[in-house]
Amino acid sequence: MRLVAEKLAGERGGETLFSDLDFTVAAGEALLVTGPNGAGKSTLLRIIAGLLARSAGSLRVVEGSENSDEVAQLAHYLGHLNAMKPVLSIEENLEFWRAFNGAGKRSVIAALDKVGLGDIAHLPFGYLSTGQKRRASIARLLVSDRPLWLLDEPTAGLDKASELQFAGLMQEHLGNGGIVIAATHLPLGLEVAGELRLGASA
Amino acid sequence: MGALFVREVRLGLRSGAGILIGVLFFLAVIAVVPFGVGPDLKLLARIGAAMLWIGALLATLLGLDRLFQADRDDGSLDLLIMASERHLLTLTVLVKCLAHWTVSVLPLVVASPLLGLFMNMEPAAIGATTATLLVGTPAITLIGAVGAAVAVSLPRGGLLVSVIVLPLTVPVLIFGVSASYGAVEDPAPFLAPFLILAAITLFFAVLGPLAAAAALKSSAD
Repeated sequence: MRLVAEKLAGERGGETLFSDLDFTVAAGEALLVTGPNGAGKSTLLRIIAGLLARSAGSLRVVEGSENSDEVAQLAHYLGHLNAMKPVLSIEENLEFWRAFNGAGKRSVIAALDKVGLGDIAHLPFGYLSTGQKRRASIARLLVSDRPLWLLDEPTAGLDKASELQFAGLMQEHLGNGGIVIAATHLPLGLEVAGELRLGASA
Repeated sequence: MGALFVREVRLGLRSGAGILIGVLFFLAVIAVVPFGVGPDLKLLARIGAAMLWIGALLATLLGLDRLFQADRDDGSLDLLIMASERHLLTLTVLVKCLAHWTVSVLPLVVASPLLGLFMNMEPAAIGATTATLLVGTPAITLIGAVGAAVAVSLPRGGLLVSVIVLPLTVPVLIFGVSASYGAVEDPAPFLAPFLILAAITLFFAVLGPLAAAAALKSSAD
């Protein structure tokens, strides 16, 4: 499986942020999107996720000889917001996303154990600290199996140990033939990763 | 979809305010009417059905603006939209509306017979009004979903939603009240307006979620 973007362009409020963007990410590869603030990193991720319209170019998933435009249903999107309800417990939140996005191989508890929150699964999401909230929403990526992970500043609020843990999870995902596209300012600790620099000419 | 319904109902029950505020508002509106109209029991009985309907209409509009905004604020809306190839967004909206109706509007319907006593209504009128509320209020929620979806990106869209939605709910109000009167006043029919009311609800069960889903899709930014 490969994600192929050709001559991709994105705009925000009528202003073109990037154009003529070409990249290909194959299964097992990671792509880091870097660049200064306002370069269009989040916009690019939201375009790939299908949440924003692209202003030009094409985006497709190539599977063998088959082309597909349906990128969104293959993707997990982890944005700045955690998409969890503060009044529901962590477990209830994840059970919902697991049922809604399609149950994966891991159970909710197994996913929470992976991010080190297995012992407090019964707590309301609202009680957690910023880093714990982030880890709980990383667990959302684990409960449903999607090959493409779109991560927008995934390590914001994580401590060193959790960053390492998360790097391990991404590595495992890549090892299983997944794709990671991450917008970040910080090194994510991945062994091999391509880099896409936005706004370098500006 | 079942999971979505369970989640929405749980959210409505946990946050608590949803049910209570709607019912208390309904109670407050109906309770002040006799003070405003005066102690004329006959008059109260005559306007009872209309007051119950207006009270229920306003109480229904109360929580509607948060229908999608809460999901937008915590980022869930993005994921619900992204899942639209798996779960049709129109159905997602419909399920959210049904859950919202179950949690916030059904209690109003349940409370309406009690409030009918405040208005000195006779049992047949109370029964008819409750039945029309049961059939008609889903239409208000479904119309309201369109308003909530249009105003989802506005930070203080609460009042705006009510203003957008209120004119569109007038047919529901007209047929709801005329069916309630039809049950007690002899020449007026009950069944015809009641069936039209049911038809309006079914019509908006299709159109409302479609329009709301389209509005939500274009609101993503």
